[in-house]
Amino acid sequence: MASNHPGTTGLMGWIDSRLAVTNAIRAHLTEYYAPKNFNFWYFFGSLALLVLVNQILTGIWLTMSYKPSAAEAFASVEYIMRDVEYGWLIRYMHSTGASAFFIVVYLHMFRGLMYGSYKQPRELIWIFGVLIFLALMAEAFMGYLLPWGQMSYWGAQVIISLFGAIPGIGPDLSLWIRGDYVVSDATLNRFFSLHVIALPLVILGLVVAHILALHEVGSNNPDGVEIKKFKDADGKPLDGIPFHPYYTVKDLVGVAVFLIFFCAIIFFAPEMGGYFLEHPNFDPADPLKTPPHIAPVWYFTPYYAILRAVPDKLLGVMAMGGAIVVMFFLPWLDRSPVKSIRYRGPLSKAALAAFVVAFIILGYLGALAPSPGRTLLSQVCSVVYFAFFLLMPIYTSIDSTKPVPERVTSK
Amino acid sequence: MRKLIIAMVFAALPGLVVAAGGEGYPLEKADVDVSNKASLQRGAKLFVNYCMGCHSAEHQRYNRLARDIGLSDEQVRDNLIFTGAKVGEQMKNAMPKKDAKKWFGATPPDLTLIARSRGADYLYTYLKTFYIDESRPWGVNNAAFPLVGMPHVLWELQGWQKAVVETHKDAEGNERSVITGFEIVKPGSMSGPEFDKAMRDLVNFLVYVAEPIQLERTRIGVWVIAFLILLTVVFYLLKKEYWKDVH
Repeated sequence: MASNHPGTTGLMGWIDSRLAVTNAIRAHLTEYYAPKNFNFWYFFGSLALLVLVNQILTGIWLTMSYKPSAAEAFASVEYIMRDVEYGWLIRYMHSTGASAFFIVVYLHMFRGLMYGSYKQPRELIWIFGVLIFLALMAEAFMGYLLPWGQMSYWGAQVIISLFGAIPGIGPDLSLWIRGDYVVSDATLNRFFSLHVIALPLVILGLVVAHILALHEVGSNNPDGVEIKKFKDADGKPLDGIPFHPYYTVKDLVGVAVFLIFFCAIIFFAPEMGGYFLEHPNFDPADPLKTPPHIAPVWYFTPYYAILRAVPDKLLGVMAMGGAIVVMFFLPWLDRSPVKSIRYRGPLSKAALAAFVVAFIILGYLGALAPSPGRTLLSQVCSVVYFAFFLLMPIYTSIDSTKPVPERVTSK
Repeated sequence: MRKLIIAMVFAALPGLVVAAGGEGYPLEKADVDVSNKASLQRGAKLFVNYCMGCHSAEHQRYNRLARDIGLSDEQVRDNLIFTGAKVGEQMKNAMPKKDAKKWFGATPPDLTLIARSRGADYLYTYLKTFYIDESRPWGVNNAAFPLVGMPHVLWELQGWQKAVVETHKDAEGNERSVITGFEIVKPGSMSGPEFDKAMRDLVNFLVYVAEPIQLERTRIGVWVIAFLILLTVVFYLLKKEYWKDVH
């Protein structure tokens, strides 16, 4: 015990001999060495953390005035918007934060794809990340029911009914999820509970695991080289710099720039043209009136498009689930000897580019009403989506590579 | 390559914000201005006189309305409250929802958020395009909302109009009627431009009521963005200072 004591004195010394606070600060901040060549794409991890904190804090205050009952939910949101002091700001921070969370997380995941951050020895970091993504989707889906608008209601109705496609247990399963034969007060109550307690706990736990796993092996970087290979006499990586203060001050710049965009939406376009707050959701939920076009919020549309691309309901549900599940296997699908896209050949670059384009087109199509042409296009894009993962063992092993430098290159 | 990917991602983002186009009667621009208090006051007057018999604005309080559109509580109580409500209460109406459903086939919807769910242009076009159609229960139909269940409440202002219909044959040879305009058959108390202006006021009021904070929101927003730009500069200089010794 005493041998681990960092040698602090006074109050801090007293605490450190009982709880390793100083050691933890050193291990994760002041003596956590991060590669010095992080670029633009490395802002999104800390930004995801910022948005998570935003969602938790604004969520606590929203919960103080929100009423999770079918009779009162819609009116209580308008009460927050009108009668609670700065309630409108808290609500817009939360609703914009939900979309911002997905923007930031999608860019963060894209960074991982680009620089091979999921490859050995960072498989667990990636797996925790995919689990966070999955929990985030559940969290967003349940949160979207709470305003109890028309899209809240019918979106939930559609998504829960998907579970009904599972053979045998399907109908009973969706009944069990809803707690009723249709989406109702019971559903709203349990979704509220899951949204404000269960899933935030899961997400927080996974985020801690994600960061601990990261700090165990160290961060990857745009060159995809391991900085721990070259250390100075004190055992510090030659290409590493302490996370604090270097990356804390750098991330502050990212935070400020992010907040400019974030606040521009909150204050000047909180509906974001109907994409962050959908127009039909300003009509209260009406179980007797099905809206002509039910579209999920934009961050689910790529997966919704995959679901609709498959003509059979059960196979569609499996394709949608498979589109997420396949991500877990990514570390073992990639056979390339190099990590970063910088040193990969044309095949890997083309595959990633095609994947990004297909993902964006799917997202666009998922928001629109289906037509034969659009369905065909989403089928093509779904094939590209899966081909990116499933053909990866082939194209990454035959692809050419460029020589990887020993040390990180400066920008 | 990296630049290309970045460019593609950012080129596609605005694509997500492009709204899908709809079909049907073309919408006219409402062109409202929620900072115009005189217009909001005229709109409020129209709303309580012509709409609130059947509809409500049940999330909006009268005194909030007074404060935001430049009236005193007394002025609102004397001129805008016909239901005996207190000035701190919400703008509810006296019609029982059950009876309303019996009379109209559907309960007239609450209109507090109607401008946020349908948009100002739709409301403006809807209010202007009631036309005579004897096959409908109330003798009127609507170009923006075909087979509407609402009577033409504003007839004494607008008068009665007939739809000018053109019949086209589509590619499959089916005949399709398209409304191309309207013709007043019995004038009301207002001229065409006067009625347009009144409807603009009414829609302006509905846009205000849908989000009373909107003016304040953009006012604060300017200062928030200005502060954040300053903060970005300070943080950038701080970062530069710290990173001087990183090579």
